Amino acid sequence: MTSLPQNPSPTKLGLVIDLDICVGCHACAVNCKEWNTGGYHAPLTDINPYEADQSGVWFNRIHAFEAGQGSDAQVVHFPRSCLHCDDAPCVTVCPTGASYKRGEDGIVLVDEDMCIGCKLCSWSCPYGAREFDQDAGVMKKCTMCIDRIYNQNMEIVDRVPACVATCPVSARHFGDLGDPGSEVSRLVAAREGYDLMPEMETKPVNKYLAPRPRKIDAADIGAPAVLEDASPEGGFLGWIDKLLSSEAGA
Amino acid sequence: MHPAYSVIFFTTASGLGYGLLSLFGLAAAFGMLPADRWLGFTGLGLALSLITFGLLSSTFHLGHPERAWRAFSQWRSSWLAREGVMAVATYVPAAILGIGWVFLESLNGLWGAAGGPTAVLAIMTVYATSKIYASLKAIPRWHHTLVPVVYLAFAAMTGAVWFDAVLRLFGHTSNAMTIVALISLAVGWGIKMRYWQSIDHAAPVSTSGTATGLGHLGEVRLLESPNTQANYLNQEMGFRVARKHAQKLRRLAVLFGAAIPITLLLAGLFAGGAAGAISSVLAGLVVMPGVVIERWLFFAEARHVVNLYYGDQTL
Repeated sequence: MTSLPQNPSPTKLGLVIDLDICVGCHACAVNCKEWNTGGYHAPLTDINPYEADQSGVWFNRIHAFEAGQGSDAQVVHFPRSCLHCDDAPCVTVCPTGASYKRGEDGIVLVDEDMCIGCKLCSWSCPYGAREFDQDAGVMKKCTMCIDRIYNQNMEIVDRVPACVATCPVSARHFGDLGDPGSEVSRLVAAREGYDLMPEMETKPVNKYLAPRPRKIDAADIGAPAVLEDASPEGGFLGWIDKLLSSEAGA
Repeated sequence: MHPAYSVIFFTTASGLGYGLLSLFGLAAAFGMLPADRWLGFTGLGLALSLITFGLLSSTFHLGHPERAWRAFSQWRSSWLAREGVMAVATYVPAAILGIGWVFLESLNGLWGAAGGPTAVLAIMTVYATSKIYASLKAIPRWHHTLVPVVYLAFAAMTGAVWFDAVLRLFGHTSNAMTIVALISLAVGWGIKMRYWQSIDHAAPVSTSGTATGLGHLGEVRLLESPNTQANYLNQEMGFRVARKHAQKLRRLAVLFGAAIPITLLLAGLFAGGAAGAISSVLAGLVVMPGVVIERWLFFAEARHVVNLYYGDQTL
């Protein structure tokens, strides 16, 4: 069925991506490619990988934006992947039922054996989350690493999406965004996590956290305004300072 | 959006086919058609061949054409599935009409009445095709109230021009039908020009600020793309060729799609006879390149909001 689930469970597994912390190292994208080229959607085909005009399927792509003007401008690294929307247009446009949203956890998946490769789902997605595998002739997308997060053969600590597991600065968080008490939900509440392009009315599950306000003055981060007093009073340093500063000393 | 030739051929050919089929269906249902076997064979044959070749060509751009049958299943939610169901359903009353008209040379009773549902289903199929595009919020120039109106008007327009041409070829000259074709050309292109004016002056729907959520920091510009070579998104949704020549192409579309056929039909109206039939057929041949250019622009001029992540500021 490509209608959205009628009675979805309250569970909404998703990611929270902290743009304040992300350093744009692309490790999440690389580990995503590495895991998923052997996972549910294997392989993530590359065309001409060792020649000019190479292209390939990636579920996670890292952009860098510059926001603001002049000395106030700041660079923000921006990972972009499937947001597993509650009102996912990629699901309802699918004519075959290949594109579906799971009722039990909200994950949006493609059943490759049902996909006819019409590409309409990729047209309907405002976020460019889906990439067509021209070699396999089917659409592929982020699976929220469904083959890791429920994998009984992995240590519990590893049962998170590959992108989250690998992030060296912990800019990516995974959890149940349908549970208001979960760690990710509390993080979203505390940092005013937001939706991308809310005007598209897709109700994304994944949230982004904006960069914190920039701190330019030393005092803003709790450091003394001046690092060292250049005119100490009293003591040996005071005596030296006084001696060297006096006319007589010169 | 990348204009796939198979989809342009499908939407223009099947649009003409369904327009022609619905006019034959309506005329048959209202008892306005002569039960001439060869007129039926030519008219319905032309309409159904265009529809069938169009539908077949639309499967060429699929990654797995052999699974196309699966596309009928999700009619509850998907306009593409609804289009498929309607397209196949149209063949049923069209076949009944065809059997009566061509094999039994009768348009009485059931045989002629089948024209009614044929016309209704043909119109619903074109509407479903238009809604595939009009329902996509991520492509603001398609998510527009005039898109279904243009698809229906262009199907009616190309259908009316060819309806007139086929009738005249078989000596069933009807000035009223030529006038209907002329009116449909004026109305169809009038709506299309209103649509072009509307998309040229539309306020942006999304910006790089809403796409990234960083708008509160000021203007958001792309500093580094994730990929150094074009990826699927850039190839499929970042098509830029047509917009460079959009104004020139729009003028060409109106020249072939409207100006020349209107002149030919007017000339035929006054000439009548064999000359009138020839000018009607010429009008039908000239209108199609105009509509193909229009349909190519419909794709090429449409911009997908994903381009906001690849350097566009507003869309």
